[in-house]
Amino acid sequence: MVTLIVNGTPHQLDIEPETPLLWALRDELGLTGTKFGCGIAQCGACTVHVNGDATRSCSVQVGDLDGAKVTTIEGLSPDAGHPVQKAWLAEDVPQCGYCQSGQIMAAAAFLAQTPNPSDSDIDDNITNICRCGTYPRIRAAIHRAAGMMKG
Amino acid sequence: MTVIRKHLTRRRFLVVSASAAGGLAVGFAMPAAAETSAVSAQPWDEIPGGQEVNAWLVIEPDDSVVIRVAKSEMGEGIFTALPMIVAEELGCDWSKVKAEYASANRNLRESNIYQRMGTGGSSSVRRSREYLQQAGASARVRLIQAAAAKWNVPPESCSVKDGQVIHAASNRTLGFGALAADAAKITLAAEPAIKTPDQFTLIGKPLARLDTAPKLDGSAKFGIDTRLPDMLYAAVVTCPVFGGTVKSYDDGAIKAKRGIVSVVPIPGGLAVVADRFWRAKEAALALKVDWAEGPAAKTDSAQFAAEYRAALDGDLAVAVKNGDVAAGLGSGKKVELLYEVPHLAHAPMEPLNCTAHVQADRIDVWMGTQDPDGALKRAAKAAGIAPENVYIHNCFLGGGFGRRAINDELEQAVLVSKAVGKPVKLVWTREEDIRHDRYRPQAAIRFEASLADDGSINGLHAKTAVGSIQRSLGVSTVPSGVEPSAVEGLANLPYKVSALEVDCILKNTHVPVMFWRSVGSSQNAFAMESFIDELAHAAGQDPYRYRRKLLEGKADFIAVLDTLAEKGDWSKPMPKGSGRGIAIHESFGTIVGEIVEASVDAKGVLKIGRVVAAVDCGHVVNPLTVAMQIESGVVYGLSAALFGAITIKDGAVEQGNFDQYQVARMADTPPIETHLVLSGGAKWGGIGEPGTPPIAPALCNAIFAATGKRIRSLPIMNTDLSGTT
Repeated sequence: MVTLIVNGTPHQLDIEPETPLLWALRDELGLTGTKFGCGIAQCGACTVHVNGDATRSCSVQVGDLDGAKVTTIEGLSPDAGHPVQKAWLAEDVPQCGYCQSGQIMAAAAFLAQTPNPSDSDIDDNITNICRCGTYPRIRAAIHRAAGMMKG
Repeated sequence: MTVIRKHLTRRRFLVVSASAAGGLAVGFAMPAAAETSAVSAQPWDEIPGGQEVNAWLVIEPDDSVVIRVAKSEMGEGIFTALPMIVAEELGCDWSKVKAEYASANRNLRESNIYQRMGTGGSSSVRRSREYLQQAGASARVRLIQAAAAKWNVPPESCSVKDGQVIHAASNRTLGFGALAADAAKITLAAEPAIKTPDQFTLIGKPLARLDTAPKLDGSAKFGIDTRLPDMLYAAVVTCPVFGGTVKSYDDGAIKAKRGIVSVVPIPGGLAVVADRFWRAKEAALALKVDWAEGPAAKTDSAQFAAEYRAALDGDLAVAVKNGDVAAGLGSGKKVELLYEVPHLAHAPMEPLNCTAHVQADRIDVWMGTQDPDGALKRAAKAAGIAPENVYIHNCFLGGGFGRRAINDELEQAVLVSKAVGKPVKLVWTREEDIRHDRYRPQAAIRFEASLADDGSINGLHAKTAVGSIQRSLGVSTVPSGVEPSAVEGLANLPYKVSALEVDCILKNTHVPVMFWRSVGSSQNAFAMESFIDELAHAAGQDPYRYRRKLLEGKADFIAVLDTLAEKGDWSKPMPKGSGRGIAIHESFGTIVGEIVEASVDAKGVLKIGRVVAAVDCGHVVNPLTVAMQIESGVVYGLSAALFGAITIKDGAVEQGNFDQYQVARMADTPPIETHLVLSGGAKWGGIGEPGTPPIAPALCNAIFAATGKRIRSLPIMNTDLSGTT
């Protein structure tokens, strides 16, 4: 048994401890907003927060996370009202949308640690892949969200 | 799992009613925000409660309008652009427009009432604009007639605005919602005329996309997110060498593992079925398979490259012959150059997947497909069930780029579901996705040209050796030896030349090839626009002015080029070690020019400072989504230009994931500006693909301007740029 606190709710999971967090979220808990993209922590489509840190959930095992607090895109805000989500809407970021859960979770954790990022901070820290090429709009949205979070 | 059935609509009813027999129901828990959005998180579901006025639109009691979209939303914004076209004619309130997928099953049963539902060739707007305008106009006139009958006034005295029919003379209004039932019963004696572009009031506005909200909170359902009661999961292993088969396999090591259900044969491989995907995937990796790889196991990319180069000296089919090329090449300054490109994978973010539920007399499929009509027939054939009993529930597509036009994963899922008698979600790993794509073909392209003293071109002879997509897909043997997509961007050369010949040799290997964003233009624009740049250099002329001179008399090309040069600061000097490159190319009816600013440091590190694009697609439905598609096309092409290469060794693809098949990330992506230079008139160009072709040559030309080094073989990462500046 592994215990995970996901979006504030504790879950006891009877699964192999080697199970990647990604598949526990998607297939055990039905939280399909967290996406499978590569399985080797390359693309970031599976990014969630583990104890507040952006984490590529395809490459961490639930056995190492007993008792951890996990936040997924479904738990980031109750009404898509997180500043990053609002900024994504204002900058018309998503195209196909598949990578955007991971992009939003990565950006939210990044801004929590780097409230006033430069372009090179963004280049160094936002490394998730988007095949639709929404990067320029993601960059603009991160700057916008930073402004909103300053109030 | 939460099953929400608060809206029991026709298509949901079909699914839910099957639960009595087969125990099948479907639904997802959805956040409140997505429930109220203009596009459902489950776009295949009919939005409930309305009156269908025609197959394209449903009007709800509160005057909301649900517009059916018969093309696939894979990021290009078609769930916004096509509803805008219908709404333009209908006269509804845009803030009350919703969109949902049209049904491929209905399209089959009702004689293509939705026309061709396939999405490709950057054709959705330009090929469906007129019939969508007609659908909106027809509904508007019927709503007016319904109101006029109620008021007993002539229809000509009524007008529409924001979802209301108005009789100005008596100051009366009726909402569309109150009129829809009557309007649905009216048959028009003749279809009304549709608006001309000068009459558009909605088309041309940069309206926000309708599908953004469900893509911000994780609620948008892609095929891979499908969850059904009693659903099993499948992972596949297929022969690393294309065309190979399973000789034998040993499942002894996996049989007893937790959750493993069975191993099912599929074409060219095996599917491992389990109660969870991760268990299926781990077991598939542990499965011991002895492959019959066949003779292709001895091939590799270097051999293909040598064969393509040699083929250029053999017998080629003539695609274009204007004037006496041999004579033209006989005089002036001769330039002869070879360009080469590798295979490319599509690598959409969502790995291919399909959920199928095969029952005795019907098939339900949840997936993202660019071709619902074709998917329906493919599923029917695989299961031996009449296509009328197949229901394709198209989801949001996590990227398409051409890959989701042919659904290999669908056939696999149907076979596995049929074998195990349960709904099955079959998912490809990224490695399967990269190694079993249908690729942009490898190609070799050679030009010979001769220049007069003033730089004009006496003769140009282009030859290409490339794989045939039609032969690879088995749709045609291409008896003429000339495939239009193989020579697109060469055969329609816009530049003035005294004599032109374009030849082609179609040469397939065992590697399957297919449409990749911009198809033949993806390699031919790189070759052609690099070569023109080299001719400008050979003639001692500025690359922009040289192109301009050769495009004399082509007002649309000149307008794009001039805007590009101005917005891209072509004439402004750049520091040492940096430079600008330019390229212009017409594809899918749209001309796109791009300028790239690039710099290379002493260590050979390339940095792209900026991309400026100028675009003539004739008319524009939504300038916001057009700009987004140009940005997208540029970044997609940038990935390929910088890093893209699928290579074959021992008959198999060497790359497997994003660590080996690299793509552009944030740090690689420059600011991108899009400028529209619309020529209007009869031109309606596509927009999903034309942004891609110019970026590779514009970048390579910028690298030349910065370093003096020409790159004639992609990807750029294979060229060492150190010491060039």
